Amino acid sequence: MRIGSGAGFAGDRLEPAVDLAARAGLDDLVLECLAERTIALGQQRKLRDPALGYDPRLRARFRRLLPVARRNGVRVVTNMGAANPVGAGAVTRDLLAELGLGGKIAVVTGDDVLDRLDLGLPALEDGVPLADHGAVVSANAYLGADALLPALERGADVVLTGRVADPSLFVAPLAHRLGWSLEDWPRVAAGTLVGHVLECAGQVTGGYFADPGVKDVPGLTELGFPFAEVAADGTATIGKLADTGGVVSIATVREQLLYEVTDPTGYRTPDVVLDFRAVRAEQAGADRVRISGAAGRARPAELKVSVGYRAGYRAECGISYAGPNAARRARLAADVVTARLRGTGLRIRADVLGALGDSGEPTDECRLRVAAMTPDPEAGDVVCHEVEALYTNGPAGGGGVRTEVREVIGIVSALIPREDVETQVTVLEADGAAA
Amino acid sequence: MLLHDIAHCRAGDKGDTSTLSLFPYLDEDFSLLVRQVSANRVREHLADHIRGEVVRYELPNLCGLQFICRQALDGGVTTSLALDTHGKTLSSRLLALVL
Repeated sequence: MRIGSGAGFAGDRLEPAVDLAARAGLDDLVLECLAERTIALGQQRKLRDPALGYDPRLRARFRRLLPVARRNGVRVVTNMGAANPVGAGAVTRDLLAELGLGGKIAVVTGDDVLDRLDLGLPALEDGVPLADHGAVVSANAYLGADALLPALERGADVVLTGRVADPSLFVAPLAHRLGWSLEDWPRVAAGTLVGHVLECAGQVTGGYFADPGVKDVPGLTELGFPFAEVAADGTATIGKLADTGGVVSIATVREQLLYEVTDPTGYRTPDVVLDFRAVRAEQAGADRVRISGAAGRARPAELKVSVGYRAGYRAECGISYAGPNAARRARLAADVVTARLRGTGLRIRADVLGALGDSGEPTDECRLRVAAMTPDPEAGDVVCHEVEALYTNGPAGGGGVRTEVREVIGIVSALIPREDVETQVTVLEADGAAA
Repeated sequence: MLLHDIAHCRAGDKGDTSTLSLFPYLDEDFSLLVRQVSANRVREHLADHIRGEVVRYELPNLCGLQFICRQALDGGVTTSLALDTHGKTLSSRLLALVL
């Protein structure tokens, strides 16, 4: 079967996904749009308006993508439901009806475990109880392929989820089409490997790879996204459409294979514990790389939960200096502003950017950047005010002050027993008769 | 010679941990990386960024070295005060290591 990757993060480009849906002969197209912190931001939006909380680009993406995907019989699986998969399902149903396409939309819920999470549990990152980090606004368990499978079995054309482990978005369609048991650890490990390589989309086709003169990537402007041809035993060939930009090579695949892996001997996902020690990548043609050798052990008994909490506010400000002695004037400004803010007791960081050129000599343009974490926006304004005041109370020739204060949702993790997480699938039918 | 001359690197982030994957352009240079780029050298080279331990995995099947760097992201992507809150640029900083 052939599975494509249409997005690797919430801000990804859409054109390569539409191109894949149109011309790659795909069975499934997966759009991974939830980074670690993205769902907490969605929860923030949902708190302000209960109808929101799904990916803000969902409607715009689907308006262009779904007509092409539906016409070519490509099933679309995405976590763009974010903090509100039910809301995302309703929007998608209305959009499909409006476009006269119709179709079955399956919504997977149950990742939101805020009502049952023990906030006295220690965070995995620092051992401090979850509740002591700040007011908790969200808790989402990383669901596995087992949560998606019922949606696929019910014939969904579009599957919308909230928090699901990234590779699981791929494992579910692979298992569904290739008839794998989710307890067949070698195959689930192989599918997880495919998902892990595809989940960041352009990162395996040469996006995030180019280093001019050293690692050249042809046609970066027209970067294509990847797909995999997956055999029943789980071995796979990664490729891209021939007339798109980018490159699929052993080097791009190797970089992606180990990306964000904190233990290559046991990479834990909700579906399997994946061992990379025998994984191989071999060139199998132009822009084609074969991956094999995944080994797997039984899935963990606990699911990881991503917990969002109110961490305060971040003030971020800058001012530029240019011309002779610019670096020393920027440094003086940094010293002055940090001294003036010392009494606040805030956590503050001042960087002088661009102070040294490639030769190690000071350059003629530098920017002072001041950042601070503050408990409230008013304290953030104090930081911004002191940077702004450098105009006439600091070194000569400062210009271009920008200031910003933003609320910060922090993220910590915990583990929850699998049995405490109940998932559901709701199927919505869009009426295709309307036009 | 800089590490940048013979190898490429990708950084990933998980919480306050940075993962640095290092690969030679030529597979035959893998043994050179194994000998010269120890966990300690990575920690010393990136001492301004990494406050915790560095653990190295050797993956000869991929000609890769994987460095797990703890306390490397100023608390992590959401609350970090760094300009690059994900620590993505650590991959390029590592390649400035002199061999």
